[in-house]
Amino acid sequence: MNNFEFKQATDTRDAIDLINHLPEAAFVAGGTNIIDLWKYNLTNPSSLVDINHLHENAEISILENGNIRLGAAVKNADTAYHPLIAQKYPLLSKAILAGASAQIRNMASNGGNLLQRTRCYYFYDPDVPCNKRKPGSGCPAKDGYNRMHAILGTSEACIAVFPSDMCIALAALEATVNVSGPNGDRNIPFSQFHRLPGDRPDLDNTLDDGEIITSIDLPEEGFADHYSYLKLRDRHSYAFALVSVATALKLNGNMIESARIALGGVAHKPWRSVEAEEFLKDKEANAENFSAAADIILRDAKGFGYNDFKIELSKKAIIRNGLMALNPASQLPGAQPSA
Amino acid sequence: MKHTEIDTNKTVGKPISRLEGKLKVTGTAKYAAEYDVHNLLYGYVVNSTITKGKILSIDLSKALALPGVIEVLSHENRTKLAWFDLQYTDMDAPPGTVFKPFYDENILYNGQPIALVVAESFEMARYAATQITFDYSEEPFQTCLDHHLDSSRVAKKGFATALKPPPPPPTGDFEKAYQNAAVKVETEYRHGTEHHNPIELFATTTIYQGDGKLTIYDKTQGTINNQLYVANIFGLKYKNVQVLAPFVGGGFGSGLRPQYQLFLCVMAALHLKRNVRVVLDRKQMFSFTHRPPTVQNLRFATDTDGKLMAMNHSSKSETSSFEDYFEPIASWSHRLYPAPNTLFEQELVPLDVYTPMDMRAPGGSTALHAIECTMDELAYKLDIDPLEFRLINYTEMDPSAEKPYTSKALKACYLEAAEKFGWEKRTPKPRSMERGNKLVGYGMATGIWDAFQFPSRVEAMITADGKMILNNAVTDIGTGTFTVMTQIAADELGLPMEDVDFRYGDSKKPFSMFQGGSAMTSSTGVAIVVAAKELRKKLLKKAREITDSPFKKVEDNEVTFKNGTIALKHDPNVAVSFKEIIAFNKGKTIKTTNMGKPHMLKLKKYSMATHSASFVEVEVDKDLGTVTVTRAVTAVAAGKIINPKTAKSQIYGSMVWGISKALHEETIMDEKLGKYINANLGEYHIPVHADIRQLDVIFAEENDELINELGVKGVGEIGLVGMPAAISNAIYHATGKRINKLPIHFDELL
Ligand SMILES: Cc1cc2nc3c(=O)[nH]c(=O)nc-3n(C[C@H](O)[C@H](O)[C@H](O)COP(=O)(O)OP(=O)(O)OC[C@H]3O[C@@H](n4cnc5c(N)ncnc54)[C@H](O)[C@@H]3O)c2cc1C
Ligand code: SF4
Repeated sequence: MNNFEFKQATDTRDAIDLINHLPEAAFVAGGTNIIDLWKYNLTNPSSLVDINHLHENAEISILENGNIRLGAAVKNADTAYHPLIAQKYPLLSKAILAGASAQIRNMASNGGNLLQRTRCYYFYDPDVPCNKRKPGSGCPAKDGYNRMHAILGTSEACIAVFPSDMCIALAALEATVNVSGPNGDRNIPFSQFHRLPGDRPDLDNTLDDGEIITSIDLPEEGFADHYSYLKLRDRHSYAFALVSVATALKLNGNMIESARIALGGVAHKPWRSVEAEEFLKDKEANAENFSAAADIILRDAKGFGYNDFKIELSKKAIIRNGLMALNPASQLPGAQPSA
Repeated sequence: MKHTEIDTNKTVGKPISRLEGKLKVTGTAKYAAEYDVHNLLYGYVVNSTITKGKILSIDLSKALALPGVIEVLSHENRTKLAWFDLQYTDMDAPPGTVFKPFYDENILYNGQPIALVVAESFEMARYAATQITFDYSEEPFQTCLDHHLDSSRVAKKGFATALKPPPPPPTGDFEKAYQNAAVKVETEYRHGTEHHNPIELFATTTIYQGDGKLTIYDKTQGTINNQLYVANIFGLKYKNVQVLAPFVGGGFGSGLRPQYQLFLCVMAALHLKRNVRVVLDRKQMFSFTHRPPTVQNLRFATDTDGKLMAMNHSSKSETSSFEDYFEPIASWSHRLYPAPNTLFEQELVPLDVYTPMDMRAPGGSTALHAIECTMDELAYKLDIDPLEFRLINYTEMDPSAEKPYTSKALKACYLEAAEKFGWEKRTPKPRSMERGNKLVGYGMATGIWDAFQFPSRVEAMITADGKMILNNAVTDIGTGTFTVMTQIAADELGLPMEDVDFRYGDSKKPFSMFQGGSAMTSSTGVAIVVAAKELRKKLLKKAREITDSPFKKVEDNEVTFKNGTIALKHDPNVAVSFKEIIAFNKGKTIKTTNMGKPHMLKLKKYSMATHSASFVEVEVDKDLGTVTVTRAVTAVAAGKIINPKTAKSQIYGSMVWGISKALHEETIMDEKLGKYINANLGEYHIPVHADIRQLDVIFAEENDELINELGVKGVGEIGLVGMPAAISNAIYHATGKRINKLPIHFDELL
């Protein structure tokens, strides 16, 4: 870890100024990801801009149109336990609480969560090739140990997954990411925020250099009656998802009016299939239909050896989570499958 | 064996909380990297990024130009070192050529220490390390056990072979017996690599005293082992090297040998004539020793009644290219079960990795998983309850040595644990029990582990205030050694525990072996008993010399040691206090130094072991395969339990480790890169709280009058041995699937 200059931004404008004028500058929010990356010698900013004191981004508020705004600087834990979120968007609450550990969630910010980097083993080791870390150097994961890697939307260059839980729920809820930069403000639909690796695996998302995330907006519909977040991993807590599913349903009796299914742990971004969600419309909410939807979602899934199991696991997880969404109370703590 | 003349405030057998507990939970206890030392320099280790080859050149220009960087040491500029390999060995060194850090330009494994940056701050040293460039020439390497099984060979013999013998010669005619047997099972098991990862990072603080004198705070399980190592290599006088380890944050075997940070720290201190500290980071904790991966093949056969007729166990495990690390694996089944025809074989596969090493229940926990799963399969084939199958093959003898055990309460373990667990509720068929979305499985397995005793020397004295001080070089790696030794000493002298000061963790104190093999209570504990006996004699002798002493004509067995006094048994009012005795001795302490050692001659006729039985319930999700160990009971027979609380903690910890070994823990070697890729505690999985449900521990009564003066065995490892197989067997019972590799991942149960 190199020596660096440390600046505390006073407001969003100040933060944007600092990030654009200081040499090799980076933001720090909770620091739970960037400090690790730094210690591993994967990033070496010369200046660090602290954005924990931007009061305008530090709260959860109701907008005039009924939408909810999550400040980027609000901590993950505070978001999950906020009464508005716990009651109106329990899917988001559950997803956040399925992530990391209590200590990390207390530090992690909503903005930082969107920008956390992949957990690919090879990415984290500066002494081995990795196209994401060092474009053109190669991808040892493809024919290496790829248990945690992607089965959907992969590219020749990279098969990494985006590791967030929170973002899987945000994708299902169709949130909007609000950003500000030297050229003004933008609102990015969640589905367009994260990207697939293609031939630029070094880019995780569509945020431009010098931009800051100020907040995340949730639309009015929170699917509070029929939702479930299922996270499958190698231990019952404190591990990243091998497969996770966020399911949100609007039901009329037993019939599906609308469905959202987002998958985590399977791709470079939260994965949704409009076709599968369309398919479920006006169908009965049962295992058979969830299974058919899963087949649509996973139609192009491809394993790389150690992660082949994810295809079958995803299918079973989509079905189970669909059934769990019918009765959210059946969910065990820690987003474990129902008892 | 108990001495009639001591009565007491009996503490032995009581669940006493560890004496240093408060210091630990309040952060007051200091560990090797925490001593405030004046004028300290910080070393950071640079590790090789290639797996095999040579360092052609090193460019230090950028690193040395950084402010606060004092020196970078490597093979190019290291101090002159000892000449002979022998001088680098330690008490736990396996046969072969010991690894010598910075010896020359050759790279033997990925992560090998190749330079040490010394700077005025840890942060600067670590940063400077990233600014050094090495030019290497790389050579092809082999790091994958599975792909090099063909190059296996038997282990070389050496000093370590005494404690870790090769498998015994075959008995009967295995092949023929197996051919003709009524019921047989053939199995293959694979285990991954594990790294010890005690939470305390390996660290050394060396205080340079001048005149060839060093005081070293080190993370180690053996203060004297490391003192000798340092003195031998750097040509220092033994008495000038003091190694201190009063608190050790876990070891699990990794501290049995001196690790490279000690070597590098001492080298830097001597080279710069300064105080130096070297701390490894978590990633570097994966750059030395580990439990080796193994492949085991078993063929067991029985007659139609379920009596074992033939057992063949062969094992191949990894070692390094320079040392032959051998842990007994193939020979364990015959210490448990009689069979007329046996064939045990064990070989090593040398690979381009660091030398593996003892890790909690080395060999035993690996072997018993394979043996007890094979036994489970046989039980199914025979259609006999797995517990009953064990009882059919039960023996009080050690069939492999054809000797009786000094004690063996395994049957009690089986029965008590089965009852507590509710084994009788098990329906035998796989997939026959369920709870909602979960399949439920019950599994059981046996555990066995060595009951070692090493020589140990204790100095014991009574001081002017009538209190007792004891000195011994042993460490307390978190096991409760300090507490247990204090209890033993207190009872032996009839003192309250507050009046006993057991001093340890210091190479200057009388000899103790490194803390391993679950042997400290038997080793230093017995030495305390021996020293206490002598001390009582001396005190009584002195008491008789007091003018008008009421003890003048009294025989040894007519007095009792009680509350810091010697009193007449038949008239306890006639007493003299230790204080008075010392006062009479002109205030001079009365002391003795004695050796406790195993009674080899007597014990030659016996085998010695601890035993256990583990019973486990698992739930496996029907659709998703996720596994939870919902309950586990382990019963342990380990002789007398000095402190049920600290002993229980050892078993709980081992049971958690068993869950870890069965379901979580593995270091993953990328064969193409020749390195471990999950070298951090985020991705090297061990269980978290959510993985641990109900655990119960039973100590079966085991009265061992033969094994040693205390009747103790050890409890540090036995609790782990049966757990992995019990879990695997429970998973089979739940799902009908045999997953013969560890760890078991839930997707294998889909
Ligand atoms: C051991 C461990 C386990 C974990 N397990 C999980 C898990 O199971 N599930 C899960 O979802 N997550 C998990 N996490 C990840 C955790 O959720 C993220 O590290 C966290 O959300 C990042 O937030 P932060 O505020 O700490 O980000 P920081 O580390 O402060 O920043 C991360 C990145 O975002 C940038 N940044 C931060 N805020 C902004 C902003 N407002 N605008 C622009 N750029 C910004 C920073 O410059 C940096 O590049 C785990 C983390 C650890 C360390
Ligand atoms: S999967 Fe992506 S992040 Fe991982 S090694 Fe390949 S390129 Fe790097």
